[in-house]
Amino acid sequence: MNRHLISAGDLSRDDAILILDTAEELARVEGRAIRKLPTLRGLTVVNLFYEDSTRTRTSFEAAAKRLSADVINFSAKGSSVAKGESLKDTALTLEAMGADAVVIRHPASGAPRRLTDWVSGRVVNAGDGTHEHPTQALLDAFTIRQRLARGTDRHGQGLDGIRVTIVGDVLHSRVARSNVLLLATLGAQVTLVAPPTLMPHAVETWPCRASFDLDAELGKSDVMMMLRVQQERMTAAYFPTVREYRRRYGLDASRMALLPEHAIVMHPGPMNRGVEIAAEVADSDRSTIVAQVANGVTVRMAVLYLMLGGATEEAV
Amino acid sequence: MSEEWLIKGAAILGGAPSDIHLKDGVISRIGQDLDAPEATVLDAAGLIALPGLVDLHTHLREPGREDAETVETGTRAAALGGYTAVHAMANTEPVADTAGVVEQVWRLGEQAGYVDVRPVGAVTVGLLGKQLAELGAMADSAARVRVFSDDGFCVADALLMRRALEYVKALDGVIAQHAQEPRLTEGAQLNEGEVASRLGLAGWPAAAEEAIIARDCLLAAHVDAALHICHVSTAGSVEIIRWAKSKGWRVTAEVTPHHLLLTDDLAEDYDPRFKVNPPLRTHGDVAALREALQDGTIDCVATDHAPHPVEAKETEWAAAANGMTGLETALRVVQKAMVDTGLLDWAGVAMRMSARPAAIGRVSGHGHPLSEGAPANLTLYDAAAGETPVDPRTHASKSRNSPFAGMPLPGRVHATFLRGTATVLDGKVTR
Repeated sequence: MNRHLISAGDLSRDDAILILDTAEELARVEGRAIRKLPTLRGLTVVNLFYEDSTRTRTSFEAAAKRLSADVINFSAKGSSVAKGESLKDTALTLEAMGADAVVIRHPASGAPRRLTDWVSGRVVNAGDGTHEHPTQALLDAFTIRQRLARGTDRHGQGLDGIRVTIVGDVLHSRVARSNVLLLATLGAQVTLVAPPTLMPHAVETWPCRASFDLDAELGKSDVMMMLRVQQERMTAAYFPTVREYRRRYGLDASRMALLPEHAIVMHPGPMNRGVEIAAEVADSDRSTIVAQVANGVTVRMAVLYLMLGGATEEAV
Repeated sequence: MSEEWLIKGAAILGGAPSDIHLKDGVISRIGQDLDAPEATVLDAAGLIALPGLVDLHTHLREPGREDAETVETGTRAAALGGYTAVHAMANTEPVADTAGVVEQVWRLGEQAGYVDVRPVGAVTVGLLGKQLAELGAMADSAARVRVFSDDGFCVADALLMRRALEYVKALDGVIAQHAQEPRLTEGAQLNEGEVASRLGLAGWPAAAEEAIIARDCLLAAHVDAALHICHVSTAGSVEIIRWAKSKGWRVTAEVTPHHLLLTDDLAEDYDPRFKVNPPLRTHGDVAALREALQDGTIDCVATDHAPHPVEAKETEWAAAANGMTGLETALRVVQKAMVDTGLLDWAGVAMRMSARPAAIGRVSGHGHPLSEGAPANLTLYDAAAGETPVDPRTHASKSRNSPFAGMPLPGRVHATFLRGTATVLDGKVTR
C-alpha cells in the first residue's frame, strides 16, 4: 500500500481487496467480550478535523482505540491563514507531538496532499473539500460486497459486474469522486446521475457513464447510492427549487419499487429526508445506511491496521 | 553620469557580430573594429544584443506590500532580466488611482535607478469598478501615465468600460483590461477542465475570459478607442482578438511567459506555486498562444510579475495567493518556448519584448531599434549558455514564488544598459 491514503486512486485492486478482507477479519473482533487488539499500542493517531464532523471523527477515533492506539483529537476552527494558525504550523505542531498517523478532514481540496510535505507520519484523507473521501468509498464498497457478493465466502472478491448508480450533487461530492475511482478499480460498472448543472465538467473522461435521467437507470441498478443535496445550491442557480429537484432526482417509494428485487439503497449521510431520499426509502429493508456507519469503524480499523501495523495477518 | 562603453562583437538581434559604442546615453556608433580610447571595453563575443526589454505588466507592490517586493528590489530584478522599462500595476495599497500615488511610484523608480518605471493608473477608484479615477490628473502628473488598468480585477460593468475607453482618447491613453467575468468565476481556483474536475477545484472557465474580450473589442470599435488585453490565456481569446484585428480595430494583447510554457496538469499536487490568475490552461491553449505570438495576433510578452511572501504560497491551494514572479526568467522562458522551437528569431523577440510594448505603453526612449542615435537602452544575452535549473533563492526579487523553480531553462542575461549606464554586468547588478 502507498505510504498515505489521499485518493481512492492510490489503491490498486489488490490493495483495495486486502483492505476489505482485513475489515472482514477485524469485524469478528466486534463479537468478542474485549473488543480490542493490541496492534497499534504505543502509536499515536491524531484526528485533525477542520470541519465539524462528529460521525466521521468518532468513527476514526473508535477504530484507532480498538487497535489500542493513543488518539489525540485536534479540532482547528477556521482554515485560512488569515483566521488562525496556518496548516503548516499545525503540521509542525503535530510533528512535535510525535503523530504516527494524521487523519485530516479539511474544507480545502488538496490540504491532505500538502500535509504530506510537512509531517513524517502517514496521512489519511478523511475528506478534503470537494476532492475525495477514500475511506467512505472503502466502507461503501465493503457494504456492497457484504450485501451483494456471490456465494458465502467473500474473501478475495471484488465488485465485478455490480451496477452502481450514484445520484445527486456529483459536482461538489468528494464521496462521488472517491467512489467512482474505487468502484471502477474493483470492477463495478458505475453510472452517475445528476442534473447537467451538477455534473462535473469533463465527466466523460471519468471511468463511468453519466446520465441526466434517473428513471432510465432504475431498472438496471444493483445499488442506488444517493448523495446529499445542499439547499444552498438553489441560490447559486444549480436547480430552480428543492421541489423540482426532488421530483426529478429524488428516490421516493414509487421509484424504489422499480428497482430490481435484490437492489440496495445507500447514502453516506447526513441525509435530507424528503429531498434526495424519501423517509420510507431510508427506513426500508433495502437501505444499508445504518450498516454503512457500522462498517465505517471496521474499514477504518483495517486502513490503520494495514498502514501502521504491518500487513502480516495476526491471529484474530 | 556619463559612462562610455565599447561593446565588442555582439550579434545585434542575433545577426553578424558588430561593435557598439555607447556615449552620453546614446548609441554613438555601430560598426566593425571600432575605436574608442576613453571607453570601457566589454567583450561581447557570443552574446546577442537586444534593445532593452519593456514590460507592460509588473507588480512592484510598493506602496503597501513591501513584504513581497519594493520598487527597488523589483526593478533590480527587472534589470537582471534584461529590462530597461517596466509598467507598475496599480493594485498597491493605497491603490494608484491618484496623481499622488503614481508620482510616488515613479519617483521611487527614479531613485532606484535600475529601470524606467512607468506607473499604471487605476481605471476606477480603489479598483472597485464603480467610479472612474482621475485619469487626466494621472496622465498630467510627473508620472505621465498612459496605461490604465484595474488589473487584479476586471472592469466588469459594460457602461463603465465604455466610458473609460472613450475618456482616455483625450489623453492618448489605453485601457488595459484584466478579462474575467466575475459572476462566472466566483471562487474559481483552476482552469475549468479535466484536471480541476478530478482535483475537486472550482473551475475558471475559458468563456469567462473570452466573453469580456469579445465585449470590449466591440466597445473599442464602437467608440474608436485603444484597448489592450492583459495576460491572454486561452485559444478562444486568441481567435476573438484575431477577428477584431482583422476588422482594423485598435486592439492589442499580451501573453505571459508562464502561459507560453506551463499547463494546468502541474497543479496535480496542489502546489500553489502554480496558482495564478488567469490560471494555467491546456496544451491546446499553449499551442494557440505561441502561434498567436508568432503571427502577431498577440503583440507582446508581458511578465505579470506577481511576487508573494512565503506564507501566502505555503498553504492549502484555496488559501494561497494568485501569482508568479517572472522578471528574471522571462527572456529564458521565451527562448525555450519560442526561439528554440523555431517560432521566432531574435529580431522577433526584440519586436515582442521591446518595440511593441514600448509602442503600446507610449514609452518614449525605449523600444527603439539598435541604431546610431538611439537611446542606449540594451541588453546583452547569452543564448548559448546551456540549460541550468532556475533557483529562486538567487533572484533579486524579494519573493521566491517562481513556477520555474528547479526547471532547466536556457540562456543568461549578461549585461543591461539604461541610457548608456550599466545596470547589470556579468549577470550581477552593478550596485
